[in-house]
Amino acid sequence: MLLTARDLTKTFPGTVALDGVRFDLKAGEVHALLGENGAGKSTLIKCLTGVYTRDAGEITLDGQPISPASTLEAQELGIGTVYQEVNLLPNLTVAENLTFGRQPTRFGMVSGRQMRAEAEEMLAGYGLDHVNVGRELGAYSVAVQQIVAIARAVALSGKVLILDEPTASLDARETETLFDVVRGLRERGLGIVFISHFLDQVYDLSDRLTVLRNGQHIVTAEASDLGRVDLIHHMLGHELEEAEGRKVGRKAGAELLCFDGLARRGKVEPFDLTVREGEVIGLAGLLGSGRTETADVLFGQTPPDRGTAKDGNGTVDLGSPRAAIAAGFGYAPEDRKTDGIIADLSVRENIALALQARRGWAKPIPRAEQRALAEKYIRALDIRTSDAEKAVGDLSGGNQQKVVLARWLAMNPRFLILDEPTRGIDVGAHAEILKLIGELTDEGMSILLISSEFDELIAASDRVIVVRDRAHVSELVGEEIETGRIIKAIASHEQGAAT
Amino acid sequence: MNARVLPLYATIAIFLIAYLICYIQFPAMLSTRVIGNLLTDNAYLGIVAVGMTVVILSGGIDLSVGSVIAFAGVFIAVLLRDTGMHPLVAFVLLLAVTTAFGAAMGGLIHILEMPPFIVTLAGMFLARGAAYMLTIDSVPIDHVFYDEVLQDAYWRMPGGGRLTLIGVLMLLSVLGGMILAHRTRFGTAVFALGGGQHTAGLMGVNVGRTTILIYAFSGFMAGLSGIVFSIYTGSGYPLATVGTELTAIATVVIGGTLLTGGSGFVFGTLIGVLTMGLIQTYIVFDGTLSSWWTKIAIGLLLLLFILLQKGLLHLGNRQRNRTA
Repeated sequence: MLLTARDLTKTFPGTVALDGVRFDLKAGEVHALLGENGAGKSTLIKCLTGVYTRDAGEITLDGQPISPASTLEAQELGIGTVYQEVNLLPNLTVAENLTFGRQPTRFGMVSGRQMRAEAEEMLAGYGLDHVNVGRELGAYSVAVQQIVAIARAVALSGKVLILDEPTASLDARETETLFDVVRGLRERGLGIVFISHFLDQVYDLSDRLTVLRNGQHIVTAEASDLGRVDLIHHMLGHELEEAEGRKVGRKAGAELLCFDGLARRGKVEPFDLTVREGEVIGLAGLLGSGRTETADVLFGQTPPDRGTAKDGNGTVDLGSPRAAIAAGFGYAPEDRKTDGIIADLSVRENIALALQARRGWAKPIPRAEQRALAEKYIRALDIRTSDAEKAVGDLSGGNQQKVVLARWLAMNPRFLILDEPTRGIDVGAHAEILKLIGELTDEGMSILLISSEFDELIAASDRVIVVRDRAHVSELVGEEIETGRIIKAIASHEQGAAT
Repeated sequence: MNARVLPLYATIAIFLIAYLICYIQFPAMLSTRVIGNLLTDNAYLGIVAVGMTVVILSGGIDLSVGSVIAFAGVFIAVLLRDTGMHPLVAFVLLLAVTTAFGAAMGGLIHILEMPPFIVTLAGMFLARGAAYMLTIDSVPIDHVFYDEVLQDAYWRMPGGGRLTLIGVLMLLSVLGGMILAHRTRFGTAVFALGGGQHTAGLMGVNVGRTTILIYAFSGFMAGLSGIVFSIYTGSGYPLATVGTELTAIATVVIGGTLLTGGSGFVFGTLIGVLTMGLIQTYIVFDGTLSSWWTKIAIGLLLLLFILLQKGLLHLGNRQRNRTA
């Protein structure tokens, strides 16, 4: 074994991020590390690379116990890491990036020619012959930068290479180039840890798989021995009890919106979507599969670069969130703490925010009107706050989520996108928000519900769309909506993104 | 063409065109006398701007330098007046003080994770206040070494121009700054910090040490600039060089350095300083223009360069999309 970790434990205040996890890596293999959000993947990587210090357990490299205290120390020991966000400096030249910290000097001065020669030597064999090492790195595509980062990590460390979602911002062709590089490194005897949300890529590249869930080691197996469906079961850990579809047999309303071939390069593949009045559309998929990306495109957060959006009156502009709001869209994003609420503002101000933005700042909403608005929604949504002037940051998670909801309800949108509306809130609030979704749609509002909780999707949705590898792969209606089918749709692979 | 050097070429082109316009109107401006004066009059600015360039390349800013120059002048003047110290000893003392002052600011910026703007703003008031503590008057410097060596040392260029000691000091500072920023590992670390502090740390830059060294260097250059200014004016005055830090920042930006850090050239700063000096000289030659026109011209130039940098950024992005 090249690298082993035994009984690795890491605790943060309030959570056990790693609970006796084991992991091992042979020389000359690609070992995929899988798990949903909070499974402990990144904590494990950070313990291996010295970003975190483990609380307990043992790590050995080549049989020697190691305890790297920093990424630099891990690098010197032989463990190099390449992240999704290229951790190189775009304003320096390719050569400077490659030789950084070890630039050849003569009389204290960096020798440019020697540095470029060394850099070219380091890049040999990576298929980057067209790259001019004297130019700044930022002039090249992310894929090239990614490969340069790998070349640097390999040259510096040379034993273990950790690839943390390296393909997240690459297209299919670039991914294939990258994979060729990785396969070449495997031939050379490096041990490679590969983290990716794209199952096709995982099966394409990996020799073995390890699944973590809730900070625990679930399974390690040869990739050829572990099927996709089993893998997803391991990742999600669902008990597979069937939740009951609440709305079976509901009558579909009139067509409200029609999205045709919407897409954004590098974010989400073209998809068609028809939204009916009073309908809840569920969006299911693994983390990073394109759920949030779909919402971002629909709301103009990352405007679509292809396709059209139409309603009964003609084309709908999705060029910016402003335009989408004007078209009657609302969007409560996944991370409400950073994207949704403004913690220091009061409940009243947070609720009035979007409405005020639509009116324009020149026409302030009278304070009394704001108050009335806030009071109304505090009562309607049962927001537990002492009064409307309390800072939103002081409320509980569920109540914060309701404030975000109230803000959009105040706009009276016709199409509301909810990304993980129940994440991080307690069970009671959870049920209330689901009930609220039902009431809103009864009044004719259409909702796109994004959630990792299949039970929640099944309970609330009229239709469920399954997303995988940034593409909409399947649509389930009525009776078809059940956990087993969703998992099958996620696991199926007719057209691999990376093959 | 490499988008990175474009601002430098633009700066040089603007300087040459401006000089050409001046020459057409006043042929006398193309003489070694004018060039000599240009270097002498702007020596203190050029030196402090070299330090500022390194700071801005790292993504920081140093607002204290104007006050430090004034402090330096007063410190030397008072020391020479009240003690029998030789000026060279005073210089060494002063440089030690200003370098330590810069290092302390760099340390605060790193340890407290404070924005350089605030820390050096505090430094600006501190240094100015310290200058006032020493004296509130203008103190003349009356020392043989000043009168007969420092102020009198020059090399007569062909055509009668004088290349003074302080002019040479400025050119040497620029040369030193160029080597430091573009030819050493420290320089690469400075650029790395300007490109992204977190990433730089991950790539192995000792962020704390580099930050302290950067501000120490700026403090040293401000001290040196203060010495040159005292030689230039022959006195120390606590109210001198108010706002010089901003002029220095302006010359750095006009010289093609990105204000957000990570990209630029020390040599460009020299051209920026000379461009500014050229505008002043033109106004002197013209005789009818108010000196405030200098400020207006500098304001316009700054605006032009900020627009140019925005445009280049846009161009760079397009270029990347094409190669991608």
